[in-house]
Amino acid sequence: MTVSLLAAPQSSSQRVDLWRGGVVLTALLLALPVIVIFSFIFVPAGEVWLHLQQTVLGEYVSNSLWLMLGVGIGVLAIGIPAAWMVSLCEFPGRQFFSWALLLPLAMPAYIIAYTYTGMLDFAGPVQSLLRSSFGWEYGDYWFPELRSLPGAISMLSLVLYPYVYLLSRAAFLEQSICVLEVSRTLGTGPWRGFFRVALPLARPAIITGLSLALMETLADYGTAQYFGLTTFTTGIFRTWFGLGDPAAAAQLSAVLLGFVFVLIMLERWSRRRARFHHTSTRYSHLPRYDLRGWRRTGAIVGCSIPLLFGFLLPALQLAYWAWETTGEWLRADFFVLLANSLWVAAITAVLAVALALFMAYGRRLRPARSVRFAVRLAGLGYAIPGTVIAIGVILPFAWLDNSFDTFMRRQFDISTGLILSGTLAALIFAYCVRFLAVSLNTVEAGLGKIKPSMDDAARSLGLSPLRVLREVHMPIMRGSLLTALLLVFVDTLKELPATLILRPFNFNTLAVRAFELASDEQLASSASAALAIVLAGIVPVILLSRTIGRSRPGMKTAVNKCRPAKLAE
Amino acid sequence: MNKLLEVLGIDVGYGDELFVFAASLHLAKGEIGCLLGPSGCGKTTLLRAIAGFEPVRRGCIRLAGKEVSSVVGTVPPERRQVGMVFQDFALFPHLSVADNIAFGIHHWPASKRRARVNELLQLVGLPNYGANYPHALSGGQQQRVALARAMAPKPRLLLLDEPFSSLDVELREVLAREVRRILSHEEITGLLVTHDQNEAFATADRIAVMQAGHILQCDTPYNLYHQPSNRQVADFIGQGVLLPARVSGSSELDTPLGRLTGELPEGLVTGSLVDVLVRPDDLLIDPACSLQAEVIDKVFRGAMFLYTLRLPDGHKLLCQAHSHADREIGSQIGLRPDFDHLVVFPRDA
Repeated sequence: MTVSLLAAPQSSSQRVDLWRGGVVLTALLLALPVIVIFSFIFVPAGEVWLHLQQTVLGEYVSNSLWLMLGVGIGVLAIGIPAAWMVSLCEFPGRQFFSWALLLPLAMPAYIIAYTYTGMLDFAGPVQSLLRSSFGWEYGDYWFPELRSLPGAISMLSLVLYPYVYLLSRAAFLEQSICVLEVSRTLGTGPWRGFFRVALPLARPAIITGLSLALMETLADYGTAQYFGLTTFTTGIFRTWFGLGDPAAAAQLSAVLLGFVFVLIMLERWSRRRARFHHTSTRYSHLPRYDLRGWRRTGAIVGCSIPLLFGFLLPALQLAYWAWETTGEWLRADFFVLLANSLWVAAITAVLAVALALFMAYGRRLRPARSVRFAVRLAGLGYAIPGTVIAIGVILPFAWLDNSFDTFMRRQFDISTGLILSGTLAALIFAYCVRFLAVSLNTVEAGLGKIKPSMDDAARSLGLSPLRVLREVHMPIMRGSLLTALLLVFVDTLKELPATLILRPFNFNTLAVRAFELASDEQLASSASAALAIVLAGIVPVILLSRTIGRSRPGMKTAVNKCRPAKLAE
Repeated sequence: MNKLLEVLGIDVGYGDELFVFAASLHLAKGEIGCLLGPSGCGKTTLLRAIAGFEPVRRGCIRLAGKEVSSVVGTVPPERRQVGMVFQDFALFPHLSVADNIAFGIHHWPASKRRARVNELLQLVGLPNYGANYPHALSGGQQQRVALARAMAPKPRLLLLDEPFSSLDVELREVLAREVRRILSHEEITGLLVTHDQNEAFATADRIAVMQAGHILQCDTPYNLYHQPSNRQVADFIGQGVLLPARVSGSSELDTPLGRLTGELPEGLVTGSLVDVLVRPDDLLIDPACSLQAEVIDKVFRGAMFLYTLRLPDGHKLLCQAHSHADREIGSQIGLRPDFDHLVVFPRDA
């Protein structure tokens, strides 16, 4: 095995094609739903679309915009002060709050929405207590209606503020001590320091967090549907199922995508700007403002409110309902539901991480422009609402099925029926499109920490690129791979709208069951499934807070690059 | 035919830009070569092309007479039997020292593999470190492990990319000599990349001086110092000054130091203007000499002083002298030129 190993040189173009072609093709496949939706812009408008345009489109747009405006103000008002307090002030419980304030991330918006509905409606504990304390009767008093636009805004703000909190907290901590100390030596107090120094420096990070929260707002289906609000997502559902017009549903999705792309541009732009805002790379212990007296109380109360209303109260209510209805749900079919959810999520997680590994490694091997663009394209799914992805999956799949069926009938007189549509394959494909970015970010961050000389060393020792991946990269980045698996797993578990549209007949998951029971006003019965989802959602929150704790100085990799676990819509 | 490595007029580049132009060099079996040049001169790019990480745009590379890189194609690095030691060592953090060394010979039978690992651990002076992990080792120890790992599969050619640059200065020289000993013990042909002349002189049989992507001269260290083939090499290697001179005969030069005689390159017309290279060891201090110069600076080097002198006509020179006598700055000393041979470069017209 000496000279004989020197095989004839391979044509370099031939080798490029395997990786480059593979990555580009995979990316195109994953981008298929978005491409399909976009292509409907060019399909001539049908009758239904014209009808929609004349009647409800304006309402969809205005409701969605109001929702975005309200949630935007809400998440900034909760997220920024909370981040400022836990990162730059000192008060009892600060360390606890710094991770506990992330907990609402575990609470899907549709679950918090119907939990509060149950708590605040006429027969609920709050109104009953008011009536019995004051001796009021029905009609004696005014009570705010939760099922309204302001109600939806408060529900979404309560669970989406952690995006702003997380990114602005990272930005505050990243601001090198020099800048803040200099401003303090120049006589700047906490308030002026916040408005004049910290806030302007953190602005790009805050905008990034805001755009993520707004993407979630646009993607929300469960809350809007449950509160009877007509937004884009509910409109798409109605057009699809109610009016049965796929083209109009796709066109509606395309308009929604337009909104989403504005947010993507905003996010990209602010992330780029964030890089220029790094003033220094020196980090050391941050001297925090030591709060005393009323300020200290204020900080504790201020941090408690989002935690209490965004997580503790609804979680306790769910636990109470689940406890109350033990006999009802602790039966075999609950475990079938659980098993369904778990194994679909597991398959999705493995697939999404394998795809992410393939694409990230392909980009490392061939950093050509086409490959970089393809990987970016494949990672767009995180911004696309599940409803839109579902429509974008079902249309080409149905077309494929029909064409194949026609072909087989004409040639062989066999009807193949539906092969892809309405199967788990379609559902899992949609999950992969939606959550690839989650695994891709984590895998890329892990891969980025491995020096390129590692690849070269292993290659010069006789390993092919594929074996380098298996024997060097994968063992080194085992932690990142596990994290990516877990994040996709939990996201899939919580996903609602795409599952509602694409699930096979008679196939139910925890999220679907919780939502269906809640929609039927069986709030208590839905609590067990909801609670299971919330409990699963806590796992990535713990992971996230641990990453933050470990990587305090170099937050960039932990938070900016690794998008936090996504909320279900 | 004994040439193990032949690089024949290759261009190498990334994207639209070329970083190596028409580079040629060759190494005989068992020789240790060196690519020497300032950072950014393309030496690492050339090394990576030889390893097979970068394709060539022109020319070809042959290993043991077989073509491995040309415009037609590139044999991938894993099939070249070329070992490489990296600047940052690139030890696998998830493997022990022994497993790192065994990485490239995983297909050997276990007993043979174990014997090879132990042999190499002995050779690099780390016999009891097999079970340690890389992060527990010092920089010098990591360097030795990286060397052992690259040598384990008995590569035909070992490439070393700035292998000592991340180490302490004191450690560098020790390791450079040790690498030489280890390579010759294993009868491995080596090619080293460095920007440090002392490292190159201590390790290499032949040195290729590179600048801005071009190989300026490829020769033994002795010849590079004493017979630089152009101004850039004369300037880069060692210390010295170029003095203006006029050719006054077939083997005579008129210089600010007086008339010098010695063999001159062919084709120099009498009366033409040239520059002559004056090394610090070409001048002797001799009080009896009429040629006087003023001491304007001095550096104490232990056994030697390095003086900077100024001639009456303003030209500056470097002169090396025993440190037995310490001359004051500002004092006048007598100089005697003591040229073994003349290095002359014609002036560009």
